[in-house]
Amino acid sequence: MTISAERPVDVVAGAPSLPVSKVSWTQRPGWVSQHLGTAVVMGFLGYVFGHWLGNYIASGYTYVQNTGQNNIADTLALAFMVLGWLLGIGALNYPLLKIVGREPAEEEIPIKHWSRFFRFSLDHKVVGLQYVVGVLLFMFTGGLLAMAVRAELLSPTFHLFSADTYIKIVSEHGTVMMMMATSIIVGPLGNYFVPLMIGARRMAFPRIEAFSFWIFTAGYMVIFAALPYGGFPTGWTGYAPLQTQAGPGMIGYLLGFAVIGTGMIASGFNIGVTIINYRAPGLTWNRIPVFVWSILATASLLTLATPVLFVGGFLGLLDKTVQTAFYVNEHGGSAYLWQNLFWFFGHPEVYIMALPGFGIAGELLPVFTRKPLFAYKVSAAGMMGVALLSFFVWQHHLFQSGINPDMRPLFMLTTELISIPTGFIYLVGLGTMYKAKIRFRLPMMFVMALFFNFLIGGVTGVFLSDVPVNVTVHGGFFVLAHFHYTIMGGLLFAFMAGLYYWLPKMTGRMMNEKIGKWHFWTMFIFFNLTFFPMFFIGLLGQPRRVFEYASNLQGLNDFASISAFLLGVSFIIFAFNLAWSMWINPVKAPANPWDSLGLEWQTASPVPHDNFERIPVIMTDPYRYGEPDAPAFADLGVAVGSNSHEA
Amino acid sequence: MFWTAWAILSVVGDIVVWVFVGPHTPPGALTETAKSDQFDFNVLLMFAVPVLIGVWMWLAFAIRFWNVKRGGPDPVGGEAARNNKVAQVSWIGITSFVVLFLAGFGTWALVVDHGSGGGEGPNPVWSPAGAVKAETAAATGNSSWKVGEPLVVQVIAQQWRFTYRYPQFGGFESQQINIPAHTTIVFNVTSLDVIHDFWAYQLGVKADANPGINNVAYTETKGTGSFVVRCAELCGIWHGGMFNYGKVLSQSAFQNWASSTEAANAQNTKFLPAFSWTYYPSANGAGGGYYPAGNLTPYSPSETYGSATPAS
Repeated sequence: MTISAERPVDVVAGAPSLPVSKVSWTQRPGWVSQHLGTAVVMGFLGYVFGHWLGNYIASGYTYVQNTGQNNIADTLALAFMVLGWLLGIGALNYPLLKIVGREPAEEEIPIKHWSRFFRFSLDHKVVGLQYVVGVLLFMFTGGLLAMAVRAELLSPTFHLFSADTYIKIVSEHGTVMMMMATSIIVGPLGNYFVPLMIGARRMAFPRIEAFSFWIFTAGYMVIFAALPYGGFPTGWTGYAPLQTQAGPGMIGYLLGFAVIGTGMIASGFNIGVTIINYRAPGLTWNRIPVFVWSILATASLLTLATPVLFVGGFLGLLDKTVQTAFYVNEHGGSAYLWQNLFWFFGHPEVYIMALPGFGIAGELLPVFTRKPLFAYKVSAAGMMGVALLSFFVWQHHLFQSGINPDMRPLFMLTTELISIPTGFIYLVGLGTMYKAKIRFRLPMMFVMALFFNFLIGGVTGVFLSDVPVNVTVHGGFFVLAHFHYTIMGGLLFAFMAGLYYWLPKMTGRMMNEKIGKWHFWTMFIFFNLTFFPMFFIGLLGQPRRVFEYASNLQGLNDFASISAFLLGVSFIIFAFNLAWSMWINPVKAPANPWDSLGLEWQTASPVPHDNFERIPVIMTDPYRYGEPDAPAFADLGVAVGSNSHEA
Repeated sequence: MFWTAWAILSVVGDIVVWVFVGPHTPPGALTETAKSDQFDFNVLLMFAVPVLIGVWMWLAFAIRFWNVKRGGPDPVGGEAARNNKVAQVSWIGITSFVVLFLAGFGTWALVVDHGSGGGEGPNPVWSPAGAVKAETAAATGNSSWKVGEPLVVQVIAQQWRFTYRYPQFGGFESQQINIPAHTTIVFNVTSLDVIHDFWAYQLGVKADANPGINNVAYTETKGTGSFVVRCAELCGIWHGGMFNYGKVLSQSAFQNWASSTEAANAQNTKFLPAFSWTYYPSANGAGGGYYPAGNLTPYSPSETYGSATPAS
């Protein structure tokens, strides 16, 4: 590896700052431009147009006349709504102008106006903050649905909802949370911090990056459009033939996954290319921060696995609109096709929802232990190993489904093999803690909680992968508890660690530590009290997604429900802390509140539009804690305050 | 000291779990299959306990002793803090060994236990003795069951109930499932509409019910007892209400029940379609018309109920 300090270093003066009058009208502050409002209007117009078009095309079709249900109109309405939304926000300006042969306006102009957060912004820092709000909105709506689910399960016989409403709430909760979780770290923290951590001025494809956020929000609307369409009864897995049987709400699910999948592919592609090509001179592969490794592994999964989901959803839409039979056994299709397509995406997706969490844990540990990351190469190998293996395990979801049984030992083996690279993360974590001087600040507490929770999730995963044990636990609450322990206990705790750690850099304000501790302890305790009993509920025989259950399980279910409500309270505490620390009583954050050596903390605060005045030259590896005479991680070329290096 | 404490706690934990928890782990020991699945579960528990104890102890150690409040010298960075060959190699070696062992053990358990009660699809590869012969004979629709031979039970799932068909007893249908003790049971699981799952918890059996597909699962009963059957694959709004109870009867009691039910139902059974591994409720079942509305006359029975030949 050449440390290319000799490579020509791109020196750029401060970003060009044109007078507002020279800015393209689409980006100019004020109402006459493209912003959230025009997106809403265009989305609405697109919806109306699509609905009209669908009726115009298909109202004479036999099946439409027989059933009185025009799926083509519903599909086109939502599809044109997405298109209108993207047109309205300006996501398609550039390609459209290129298509008609015109040179698009120069867009490298920083507009320091609050309205940039409501626009199609090419600044990765703006997109990162937009994503913070987007995923939190997603998470809180999904969380409210979870409260409804647990409220219904308070009693086996007394019902708050009808069976129909209940199953639609369950399905919506699962789908919304899964969609949100694919982007919860990559979107906000990945977009914001990857360029800062690799010493880049911007993303490789800023338009694709901004597109990924705005289509993510469109996906949010499409999946919620399923509810006014009558909801869908299939859970987040959408199995055919129930999918074929379901009403028009299913279109919201299928199209929603296709739309959000497009955003996932775009986001993964952009971030992957950025990491590979936009690293600062000297930032060789064995020097990139471990968080960037995790985002690279995730980006490769997003790019390679999501197309399969897109195709799966698209085939389902064809089945529902133009009467193909991809998933209809009787007409020559196969319901197994959906199961295979879905899980071929679905299992890599599970790691899309785990790897960024490992990355945050690895990134934060050295800062709070004041030690170098233990076994750096093993952690990178672990993440890439998990990413690679995750493509070879999908049939473990189908152990009892009746597909070819002699594949079972193979998929049991691959699934259990994946616990070896996952174990690497524990080696790294526990090794870094060894004889350290841990500072239990909030981010570190969330990281410790991640190691505690994910262990339970991981160990129960081995139970699930074992075919004879899978006979008992498949399809029950055991599975449910397992994946909440990995996704919520791992990813969401990591996200919180990341927010408490990085929000000071993103916003210049510290999160309140005292309210944060309340948030942490309520979340940690009630998370465990909610989901740990669910292992027992599952082992005692309660299937997932049930409306009624055995009366002898009421005690455990009530315990889980009440804990779940208190877990909900912990999120209210978090929301309060956010409001308190950001707006009500903001406390200015120091330049480097955690004494981190990371590159993202070395640049100025707030981060200048071009991130670095000069492209930094990376001098050494990123975790040289505990070495008082170690060289600085990067040579920034200019003095940027007093925080350049601290051991 | 850490490792000694870990070793002691692990051994104690494993013994406690094996002795006090092991006998109560699911799915119990009503059948040989369930007993074998339970043994498998307990073996995994034996591995899980030391892992959990080890990591939790380490975290507790870190919180208690390796924190900034206790003061002490600053940690020293450098190569020694970054890598430790012994720790890395042994960690990777031990986890790899455990994982490969568990995969091997799981495969062994799966094979010797004839698929461990899981649905093996239309062409099972791990069958108990005599099962294939009994199944082939049952497909003709005119075999009969003798004590000691495998019993074939067809499970037909639909929204939202299970129907059980006994091909060796004239092909009668029942909403009730009874099976004999000390017998190999062959479950042929299929569905009429969407995907369901036949989960007989205490028998240690779980097999998806797919429309148009015959999913075969085996169990070997021991003594008498009762069990619950639930649907374990989301099948629509009344998924949670799709369950019923079954009994493992003594062989003579089962013989009596089955013969008398066969006789009592004879006048109805003759109207049922010929015994078949799969059924379609209507000739043009897809696309909404799942059930012919009351009147079957436009359809011939064979068209209505699909092929009479086994899928295998």
